[in-house]
Amino acid sequence: MVIINLIYLTTLLPLAGFLINGLFGRKIKNEKIIGIIGSAAVGISFLIVLGAFIQTLGLPTEERSNTVELFSWLNVGGLHIKFAYLVDQLSLTMSLIVTGVGFLIHVYSIGYMHGDKGFWRFFAYLNLFIFAMMNLVLGDNFVVLFLGWEGVGLCSYLLIGFWYDRKFEKGTTSQAAKKAFVVNRIGDFGFLLGMFLIYMTFDSLNFKEVFSRAASFPIAESTFGLIALFLFIGATGKSAQIPLFVWLPDAMAGPTPVSALIHAATMVTAGVYMVSRASIIFASAPVVMTVVAVTGLLTAIMAASIGLVQNDIKKVLAYSTVSQLGYMFLAAGVGAFSASIFHVMTHAFFKALLFLGAGSVIHGMHDEQNIQKYGGLKKYMPKTYITFFIATLAITGVPGLSGFFSKDEILWSAYANGGFVFWLIGAITAMLTAFYMFRLVSLTFYGKERFDHHHIHPHESPALMTVPLMILAFLSVVGGYVGIPKVFAGEHGNLFEGWLEPIYAPAQAKLATFGSHTHLEEILLMAVSVAAVLSAIYFSLHVYRKNPQIAENVSNKFKGFYNLLLNKYFVDEAYEAAVVQPIQKGSEKFLWKIFDVKIIDGMVNGVASLVESGSGFIRKIQTGVTQSYAVVMMVGIALALLWLILSL
Amino acid sequence: MSSIPMEYYLILSAFMFSVGVAGVLIRRNAIVVFMCIELMLNSANLTLVTFSSYLGNSIGQVFVFFVMTVAAAEAAVGLAIIIAIFRNKKTVNIDEINIFKW
Repeated sequence: MVIINLIYLTTLLPLAGFLINGLFGRKIKNEKIIGIIGSAAVGISFLIVLGAFIQTLGLPTEERSNTVELFSWLNVGGLHIKFAYLVDQLSLTMSLIVTGVGFLIHVYSIGYMHGDKGFWRFFAYLNLFIFAMMNLVLGDNFVVLFLGWEGVGLCSYLLIGFWYDRKFEKGTTSQAAKKAFVVNRIGDFGFLLGMFLIYMTFDSLNFKEVFSRAASFPIAESTFGLIALFLFIGATGKSAQIPLFVWLPDAMAGPTPVSALIHAATMVTAGVYMVSRASIIFASAPVVMTVVAVTGLLTAIMAASIGLVQNDIKKVLAYSTVSQLGYMFLAAGVGAFSASIFHVMTHAFFKALLFLGAGSVIHGMHDEQNIQKYGGLKKYMPKTYITFFIATLAITGVPGLSGFFSKDEILWSAYANGGFVFWLIGAITAMLTAFYMFRLVSLTFYGKERFDHHHIHPHESPALMTVPLMILAFLSVVGGYVGIPKVFAGEHGNLFEGWLEPIYAPAQAKLATFGSHTHLEEILLMAVSVAAVLSAIYFSLHVYRKNPQIAENVSNKFKGFYNLLLNKYFVDEAYEAAVVQPIQKGSEKFLWKIFDVKIIDGMVNGVASLVESGSGFIRKIQTGVTQSYAVVMMVGIALALLWLILSL
Repeated sequence: MSSIPMEYYLILSAFMFSVGVAGVLIRRNAIVVFMCIELMLNSANLTLVTFSSYLGNSIGQVFVFFVMTVAAAEAAVGLAIIIAIFRNKKTVNIDEINIFKW
């Protein structure tokens, strides 16, 4: 129990790093010291999590879930919230991802942020983020989870708007940050309602109590449905699903390591983690499960189709992230919770790598982000190219790399539990993914050099940046082998699923059992999807590497559709027209000009003018002539005396 | 002295007081108003002495000394104020000194 009991250090160290860098960073100035403090805080946390993981592996299955109580946090009436961490299979998996990938990104950032005037601020925010994220995944009740949930939202806001003086698209980075924060708040509100409902229904917010009661109490399915729906609304906000996905592409206004850490590998998976943690509640509400699956599926294919035509390297990756998150929700929605967490893990590896690789390209190209102005970078940045290429193979699901295993498991679960249509849309999304990823690679690394040679001299990034890329590339390749499909590895061959199984056992018991499908079916579907992906890759390379004019012809031919995709289905514009404008106009025309000016101000001013006119009349008795006051006084005394005499 | 009934003194005192009140209320000259106030004070003194004498209690007479002392001090301060006002406004008519109004 020794290392597991030290788990609180994994939040305490990043917090200490945040305080040191945040309070004294400006004085320290030395980038090396600041970077080492920031990275070490996360690196040591990773080692502690690793130790706890190894120790937990050594325990028998039924003892693998441990609670580490720190202090009693809230005691209000009958509500007792302990500040406690739950160290179990799921939280350890997430913690390993957060601290492991987080550490690599911290190291990378030392190189990437070199020379930035906000260097110390950046590391302080990153450490604060790790602190919040660790609270989110380790929390042993919904309140600690919510603390982390809000904390990561705050850090996301701070880091998107990190370069607050820079322009971003039509506005500023601050506007992008605000958008992310506000959209997240909408989801958070749903999450809060879900929490309230959980407390009303189960009289507790502690995970173990709530989930054991959810499994045993006789509770109406509609109650479960409502709770699950509210929680899912929270998840759509944090994990950028329809309808709240609009903030994630704009979040690319932040520095690239932030996009890698927060908006690809960790924070955006918080929603998936939460759904997965509350699996028993979702499993008890089949209707909401379908909603989750369909939302994920629609998000996946919609974001992938937008990704086809984007020209900003980070935008492509952002939509790809939204799309992959859709996959995770699809998996959760069809009851394959462990597959969704598996995809969280592999996605964290290859998407962090893609973003960091993109950062390396942007770094080498002097902040140019338009892929139409790249081309032929392969020979200038060989290390970045190779790692980026590996990550691309992984995300497209080429057999043998990590993405293949997780994506295949999701597609198979979608087919087995959802149906053929689910599988078909998922497979089409995989094809689109392959297409736009190889478009990205072709336009960036192959072909003619389309940049201005006089001003831009592409160069490879320093070792501080390329070494994390290589480590992530290694993980992107081998990360999938912990979850080899059962069809190849036998009944107990899928280590990842076996490891997480106890967490989902109550949920699986409630779900409908898997339909009987033969191994042949599974292998056949796998072969079909792999073939589809490979042909998409071939087609993409054919178009963008050899015959770029094909792409132009197609986009000219289907101009309407192309513009629809280029403008992201006009979702932002629709929200602008349907939500933002009415609120703004309503606020201005009614709340400000009528309610505030006429009613509130009218009331205040009315009281004032009433007093004024009344006193204007009364003050006339103040003549300033002493004798008139004396007369009044005399009359008063005389009357008082008269009254005294008469009353005797 | 004891042959004169107490009422006589009290009526005289009341008359003096009334003259004082009337003077304060209707005279314009601040000096005269001031003198009328003295008149009211002294009528009160007379009442105090009267009762003291008739009741055989010396406290009333002791009070009169205090009143006279205070009146003397008040006269000094009051006259000083009137002189200061005169220097500023070249008048001691109190209906012209009416700046403390709306």
